Amino acid sequence: MALLEIKKLHVEIDGKKILNGLDLTIEKGKVHAIMGPNGSGKSTLAYVLAGKADYKVTSGEVLFNGENVLAMQPDERAAKGIFLAFQYPMEIPGVATMTFLRTALNAQRKHRGEVELSTPDFMKRVRETAAKLSIDTEMLRRAVNVGFSGGEKKRNEILQMSMLEPRLAVLDETDSGLDIDALKIVSEGVNRLRSPERSMIVITHYQRLLDYIVPDVVHVLSKGRVVKTGGKELALELEAKGYAEFADEAA
Amino acid sequence: MNAEVRKIKTAAELALVDAYAAAKPKLPGTGALKALREEAFKRFDAEGLPHRRVEEWKYTDLRALMRDLKPLAAAPDAKAKALAKNAGKLLASVESRKLVFVDGAFVAELSDLTPEAGLTITSMAQALAKGDALVTAHVGKVVATNDVAVALNTALMGDGAVIRIAAGASIARPIHLVFAATTPSSMFTRSLVVIEKGARAMLLESHEGASDYQVNAALEMVVGDDAHVDHVKIVSDGAAALHVSSLMASVGAHARFNDFSFTTGGAVVRSQLFLRFDGEGTVANIRGATLLKDRQHADITLVADHVAKGCQSREIFKSVLDGESRGVFQGKIIVRPKAQKTDGRMMTRALLLSETAEADNKPELEIFADDVQCGHGATAGALDEDLLFYLKARGIPAREAEALLIQAFIGEAVEGIEHAGLREVLMEAAVAWLKARG
Repeated sequence: MALLEIKKLHVEIDGKKILNGLDLTIEKGKVHAIMGPNGSGKSTLAYVLAGKADYKVTSGEVLFNGENVLAMQPDERAAKGIFLAFQYPMEIPGVATMTFLRTALNAQRKHRGEVELSTPDFMKRVRETAAKLSIDTEMLRRAVNVGFSGGEKKRNEILQMSMLEPRLAVLDETDSGLDIDALKIVSEGVNRLRSPERSMIVITHYQRLLDYIVPDVVHVLSKGRVVKTGGKELALELEAKGYAEFADEAA
Repeated sequence: MNAEVRKIKTAAELALVDAYAAAKPKLPGTGALKALREEAFKRFDAEGLPHRRVEEWKYTDLRALMRDLKPLAAAPDAKAKALAKNAGKLLASVESRKLVFVDGAFVAELSDLTPEAGLTITSMAQALAKGDALVTAHVGKVVATNDVAVALNTALMGDGAVIRIAAGASIARPIHLVFAATTPSSMFTRSLVVIEKGARAMLLESHEGASDYQVNAALEMVVGDDAHVDHVKIVSDGAAALHVSSLMASVGAHARFNDFSFTTGGAVVRSQLFLRFDGEGTVANIRGATLLKDRQHADITLVADHVAKGCQSREIFKSVLDGESRGVFQGKIIVRPKAQKTDGRMMTRALLLSETAEADNKPELEIFADDVQCGHGATAGALDEDLLFYLKARGIPAREAEALLIQAFIGEAVEGIEHAGLREVLMEAAVAWLKARG
C-alpha cells in the first residue's frame, strides 16, 4: 500500500483556485521531487498536507497509510508522522529551541501512547543530532529561530525533523537562501534520514538541491496539477529548458 | 452653563465621609500629621471618588465600580491571625524576611523581626502615634500628587511598614510585605521605605485574601544616590476584591531602580506608580505582567517624571486578557527642561485571548527638553496564527501551543527581574494561571 495517496485534490485560498485536481502517490521509502514554476501550487501542497487552516479543500482526498488526513488537526498529522520543513521557519521569541523540541517530541509520543523521553535521554539525543548538523548547544538555548541566519533556520528545521523521525517529510524549498556549504550540511542531514521506512517530498524550484538529495521520482507541477513525471534525469532536463514548455501546456 | 451639577454623593462616598468622622479620634498621629489627614480628606470631600471624566481615571471609573464601602477593618483577632498564618506562600521558595499585615494591621508574631545591621523596621501605626521623625519628614511628601485615591489613603491611613535602610547597607534577604485580608472590610495601609545612599535592598509586596474586601494601599519610597532597589508587587487578591494601590517613589542619582507589578487577582485592580527621577544617571526598569480572566478589570497607571538629566527608564508592560476581562495601561513619561539626555522607552503589549476581552492602552510623552531620546509603543492583538500553526505542525496540541506562546509572552517581561528564584515563582504562577484556564 502506498504511504501517501493524493486523489484529484482541489484547493483554494480566499476564493482563488490553487490546486486543480492534483494526483500523487508516494510509496514507502521513496523520495519524490516536486518542481515547477512560481505559483504552480508547490507550497500550497506542502501546507495542505500539514493542515494549515487558510487553505480550503473543495474536493479530493488525501490518504496517509489509508487514513483520511484532511479530517485531522495539524498536531494529529504530525503525531501520525507527517513533517513539514517550512520554507520560512517561524521565529518564536521567548521559547528556547530545547524546550520547543522537547515539548514537540513528548506531545507526539503522548499522542501515540508512548512514554515521555527522560531528560538525560532527550539531552543526549538532541546533542548528538545537533552536532551532526553543526548546531552548537548555545543555539539550542536560544529562542527558536530568533536571530538565526537563513542557514541556521534551515538547519534547525532538519534538526527538528531528525528528532521527530517522521514517516513522511515534506521539504518546502529547503534550499532557498542557502549558500553551498549550508546546502551540503542540510542535504547530508536529510540523506542520513533516508530509510526504507521513510518517504520524502522535496519541493524545489531549482535542480541544484537534487544533486545532493537524489530523488527516485521527479514531478513537474503546473497550474495546480502534475503535468509530467519522470526519473531524476527530468530535473536536469528542466534545468536546461526551463519551465516555459509546461506553462504553455497547462495554459 | 458651567454650574457644578454633581454634588450628590454616592453611597460609597457618604460611607467614606461617615467612616472618616467616626475613625478620626482614633486614627494615629497628632499635629502636622493630623493636619495632613484633614487636608487630604477635604480634597476627597470636594472631589468625590475619581470617575471617568477625570482623565487619569478615564478607564477605571472608581465611583461606578465601588458600589459601597466595607466597614473599616477591625484589629485582627486570633481567628484572623490563624487564617493569615500561611499568607505569602506563593513566595515560599524565595528566602525572605516576612512582615505580615492582617486586615491592614501589623502582626509582630507572624513577622520576622530578627535584628540586622543597617535595617530599622517599625509599624506605621506606632510611628504615626509617636510622631516618628522619618514619618513626619516624608509621609505625604515624597511625590506630590492630587490623586484622590492617594488622598483617601492619607486621610484614613492606619498601619503599614516603616523601613529604613542605612547608607551603604546591603540587606541580604528580600523584605516581604505580606498583606492578607481575612474579612469583608476595607483597609488603608501606608508604608514608607527609605533606602539611603549606596544601600541595596529588595522589597516584595504581596496582596491576598478570599472575601470581598477593599484595599487601598500606598507605599512611599525614598531612594538615595547610588542605591540599588528592586520592588516586586504581586496582586493575587480574591476574585471579589477591590484593590487600589499607589507607589510614590523619588529616586536619587546613579541609582538602580527596578519595579515589577504582577497581577492575577482581584475583581477591580488599580495600580498607580508615581515615579520621579531627581538625580542624574539613574537607570530604571519598570515592568509588569497582568493575567486576567472572567470579568476582571486591572489598570496600571504610571507616571515617570524625569527631573534630572541623563536618566534611563525602560517600561515594559504585558497583559494577557481572557474572558470578558479588561486590561488598562496608562503610561506617561515626563521630561522636564533640565532633564537633557533622558533616554526613555515605554512598551505595552496586550494579548487578547477572547473576542470579548478589552485592552486600553494610553501612552503619553510630555517632553520639555530638546536633547532626549524617548519613545513608546503599544500593541494589542490575538495570538499569531502562523506561530500557532508552526507549533501544531510539530505535534503540539492547540491548547498547549497557546500556553507555550503565552508563557513566552509573559516571560519577556519577567526575565528582566534580577532575582532568579523570583522569576521562577512568577513563571510558575503564570503556568498555574494557564492550567486553570484549561
